[in-house]
Amino acid sequence: MTLSVCVGSSCHLKGSYDVIEAFKALIEKHGVGDKIELKACFCLGRCSEGVSVKADNEYILNVNASNAEEKFIGEILPLVK
Amino acid sequence: MENRLFDTAVQELKYKVLVELIRAYDKGLDNNIYHEIPIKIMPGPKASLRCCVYKERAILQERLKLAMGGDKTNPNVVEVIDIACDECPVDGIFVTPACRGCISHRCAEVCPRGAISIVDKRSVVDKSKCIECGKCTEACPYNAIILQKRPCVRSCKAGAIKVDEDKKAVIDNDKCVGCGACVYQCPFGAISDKSYVLDALDIIKNSDGNKNYKVYALIAPAIVAQFNYARIEQIVTGMHKLGFHQVIETALGADLTLAHEAEELAERGTLTSSCCPSFVKYVEKNFPDLVKYISSTPSPMVMAGKLIKALDPTGKVIFVGPCTSKKFEYKQEGAKDYIDCVLSFEELQAFLDARDVDVSTLEDTVLDNASYYGRIFARSGGLTEGVAKMAKDMGFDAKPVAMSGLEECRKQLLMLKVGKSPFNFFEGMACEGGCVNGALCLHHGPKSLTDVNKYGELAREKSVENSVKLFKLSGAKAHDDGAAGEAAATSDKPAAKKPTKKK
Repeated sequence: MTLSVCVGSSCHLKGSYDVIEAFKALIEKHGVGDKIELKACFCLGRCSEGVSVKADNEYILNVNASNAEEKFIGEILPLVK
Repeated sequence: MENRLFDTAVQELKYKVLVELIRAYDKGLDNNIYHEIPIKIMPGPKASLRCCVYKERAILQERLKLAMGGDKTNPNVVEVIDIACDECPVDGIFVTPACRGCISHRCAEVCPRGAISIVDKRSVVDKSKCIECGKCTEACPYNAIILQKRPCVRSCKAGAIKVDEDKKAVIDNDKCVGCGACVYQCPFGAISDKSYVLDALDIIKNSDGNKNYKVYALIAPAIVAQFNYARIEQIVTGMHKLGFHQVIETALGADLTLAHEAEELAERGTLTSSCCPSFVKYVEKNFPDLVKYISSTPSPMVMAGKLIKALDPTGKVIFVGPCTSKKFEYKQEGAKDYIDCVLSFEELQAFLDARDVDVSTLEDTVLDNASYYGRIFARSGGLTEGVAKMAKDMGFDAKPVAMSGLEECRKQLLMLKVGKSPFNFFEGMACEGGCVNGALCLHHGPKSLTDVNKYGELAREKSVENSVKLFKLSGAKAHDDGAAGEAAATSDKPAAKKPTKKK
């Protein structure tokens, strides 16, 4: 699965880099490094709901450093085959 | 409205041609534009700028050709419009009637070549001896002696402009570094940059509303001193209306350039900067012995292009800035795969107006991708400030010097050449003051410098660290073939390296 974190201006101001770091750590913690490719992208078109993340074709919105783990476990891990 | 946009009427003329060209493009270009556009801009019947309206229109035709890419057989991005050149006097030192025939003769005293004699109580210059040093012009208490130099020749610090037998200005491509100083300085607008606006329009059009591929604009940090009637955030919104998918700060690339260049300095000991392509050309053409010191780090524009293309391989990247030299840089090896087109601020203004996008009425779209250090690249001294900081963090001492304008570059490079320079990092910018005074800026002025610093301080990121991490995550490489100096921008944190001794 490709996990893309938006680093466009709007998301960046809401903490894209913190989210990327959180996901890096979570991927490691859950041992899914071979299943999830963490990427960045410029603008997913959901600027008002940032930080925007796309897990393959699923949008995961309003992510931030403090809810990253909850979102990761609740919304991202179930998508990993 | 036009008057507040530009410094000079020459810029405005160029702008009017661009606006009409873009409007014609939108209706479907045909050969009638060569006839119609000049008449539209100069309806006559009376001439307002030249001897007759027909000459004005003929010159506008030439401007139109340049707006459409200019002479394809000439690799230079700067060209002379022969018929627009007013054949300015080239008399050199000239004694005006203000000469009072005084008895102190300071002019003659100060002349190092004994070129001034006093004939009938007045100073007379022997042209065969005069070297046009200008000392007499400064010595005369009446300011009666002037140095008549063509503005183009005076502006060209690379010594590339000559005057041919017809008294027209001619650019020597072997010497020209493409800085564009003459473009801004010629009072008749007879020297102009080529425009690639049609290429940009094609890129945007063929994207079919960013469906076929996405079009990214890379905006130079010098924008902070431009478009003074609107906020940067409004310009961004306007650019979205023109069809750009995303607007990204080139300063993000500057963060990456800085990190990589600091690492390179640690490895190589002595370095001249590579972000200003005109400066690089100046070194290559005038100081071949010093070419070995030129940094191999790609410019901020190219670094940012590499990042974007790594994240979106089908994306197209259009750089928008204040610079003529970016117009040749993007076609060079190492850059052409990452940058698809270059526009100037002047051209962006024309683009907005041709599509009737009044940015001053628009809502804001945020723009924040880069750090403080990336943003201050826009001014002379910004890179040196960054390098000094990076070097300190990495545990070595950099001795950087900021060289503002080619004359200062020449002085410092001469010192380096003879081994007498106290510095080991040389930031070279062809334009005096740096990119905020770039030749294709809408406005040029002293207030730009403080604007740059203020803008830098507004950036969310205070250091380049996160930009470097993003570059690494993207999988982009600073050097295409994995050549030397790869480490810096691809490592999480610039590793402290032992500084090598200066040679």
